[in-house]
Amino acid sequence: MTTNENDAIVKFENVGLRYGLGPEVLQDVTFSLAPGSFHFLVGPSGAGKSSLLKLIYLALKPTRGLISLFGRDIATTSRRDLPPIRRRVGVVFQEFRLLNHLSAFDNVALPLRIAGAKKSEIQKHVVELLSWVGLKDHLDARPPTLSGGQQQRVSIARAVIARPKILLADEPTGNVDDPMGMRLMHLFEELNKLGTTVIIATHNNLMVEKMGYPKMHLDEGWLEMVGTGPHPATPPPRPGLSDMEGYL
Amino acid sequence: MFTRRSDLPLDKDTLSRFLPWLIAFMVFLAVMAMAGVLVLNTVAARWDRGVSGTLTVQIIPAENAVDDDARLQTVLKILTETPEVNHFETLSKDKLLTLLEPWLGTSAGAKDLPLPQMVDVELKPKAKLDVNALSQRMEARVSGVSIDDHSIWLSRLVRLIRTVEGLATLVLVFIALATIGTVIFTTRTGLALHRNAIEVLHFIGAQDSYVAAQFAGRALGLGLKGGIIGLLLAVPSLLGIGVMAAKMESGMLPDITLGVAHWSALAALPIIVALIAMLTARITVMKTLSRML
Ligand SMILES: Nc1ncnc2c1ncn2[C@@H]1O[C@H](COP(=O)(O)OP(=O)(O)O)[C@@H](O)[C@H]1O
Ligand SMILES: [Mg+2]
Repeated sequence: MTTNENDAIVKFENVGLRYGLGPEVLQDVTFSLAPGSFHFLVGPSGAGKSSLLKLIYLALKPTRGLISLFGRDIATTSRRDLPPIRRRVGVVFQEFRLLNHLSAFDNVALPLRIAGAKKSEIQKHVVELLSWVGLKDHLDARPPTLSGGQQQRVSIARAVIARPKILLADEPTGNVDDPMGMRLMHLFEELNKLGTTVIIATHNNLMVEKMGYPKMHLDEGWLEMVGTGPHPATPPPRPGLSDMEGYL
Repeated sequence: MFTRRSDLPLDKDTLSRFLPWLIAFMVFLAVMAMAGVLVLNTVAARWDRGVSGTLTVQIIPAENAVDDDARLQTVLKILTETPEVNHFETLSKDKLLTLLEPWLGTSAGAKDLPLPQMVDVELKPKAKLDVNALSQRMEARVSGVSIDDHSIWLSRLVRLIRTVEGLATLVLVFIALATIGTVIFTTRTGLALHRNAIEVLHFIGAQDSYVAAQFAGRALGLGLKGGIIGLLLAVPSLLGIGVMAAKMESGMLPDITLGVAHWSALAALPIIVALIAMLTARITVMKTLSRML
């Protein structure tokens, strides 16, 4: 499958990144992702996976090269115009980054509130999604009182609640057992089927091989695109997930 | 009143716990200073109205009383001929003695003292009388006459009052600046304290104005709380001063009670201070965030 340059939802051209005066942690990274694609971002620890994702969710600026999202060159986009772009990018942070003074419910509701959604809608969708990730009984819990795996699920729920066009997940299954890990992966797949472009950084090679999506392989800052996985446009419906359609 | 759910734990800052008290203190000072300005304004206006438009003509006693009476009659005739004069009245010797009693006592001998004759003159409202010209006309026909139009005394008094008013206004300006400075400081500290949460809000797609609204709403709430405390503390003080002033009002102090308009102006101070706090917080956040990524 070839990607038309103009259609790419994420495009990197000769992107280099260094922290301060340190060495380049990303070097000449060039790729483009088609809308609706699903990729795993793999590579050893310290390879630059998190850094690459940070560039996409606009937490960092590249030291060189060109990044465009949704066909817009980020470098020439004014600060005022970034929030609407960010709202279309959902992020599962490696360290969760939940707001500790807010309940699980309020954390997940945040993207909808920022986007100005109706109160009744927020209530309905947030409760549904938190129930689906197994946190029905923890709606009012503050993140510090939750286990690592529970926090991770809250953070995933927050990332997907507003149906982003791009979903970035940094080691999203690192703190949960395998059945829950697969369940969460299915959530990402479901989102992908509804048109979201997904990039998941992970160590879990077993899961990567099992699911068979194409890989972006990073090593010491160099990126290599590996394999062309199944096209996500017409997947077979998965039993047990159809109830997701309501809010995804 | 402000139950707006906040995405930032601003309530828990120790800084925002001390802000209302600081604002309460500022509003207390502001209310006192402004009450002072309002009272002085009233006083100045009343004195001005009461004293300008009056003259006192004084005739220094000569050797014999017959002469003195003739001089008085001449002065009165000149006053009658002056169109700007509305009304005049010679102070009787008895009244003069009563006025001088504190200095001369009531001894019989005082009656024999040579006292100047005084004529109180009231000018027509808005009449512009050339006091020097009148003075010259009188001196040409009568010796030992002087006219006091109180202008020196009055201008000194008004200058004094204006100076005190200026100082009080300066105090108000300092209070506003101190409030702004404090709010900038607490807001910046809050921004640094909650940097992580603000970053997350940004990544989720919050506009700067969304973050700013949280700080501004908080500042408005704290400002109003502090402002009302300050006003409540200031009112008894003002009433106390009013009572004390009323007790000594027998003499030269004009009536210095505050009117309804004055009280409303004072009641508006907490609101004004709270609005200043809100705007300052908003501007501070917008400026600080515009420097972030
Ligand atoms: N904030 C930072 N400041 C300096 N160096 C950093 C920072 N974040 C990451 N690095 C360095 O960049 C490299 C890539 O890190 P990272 O993107 O976190 O890799 P990965 O997510 O693949 O483990 C590492 O060498 C790491 O030490
Ligand atoms: Mg990482």
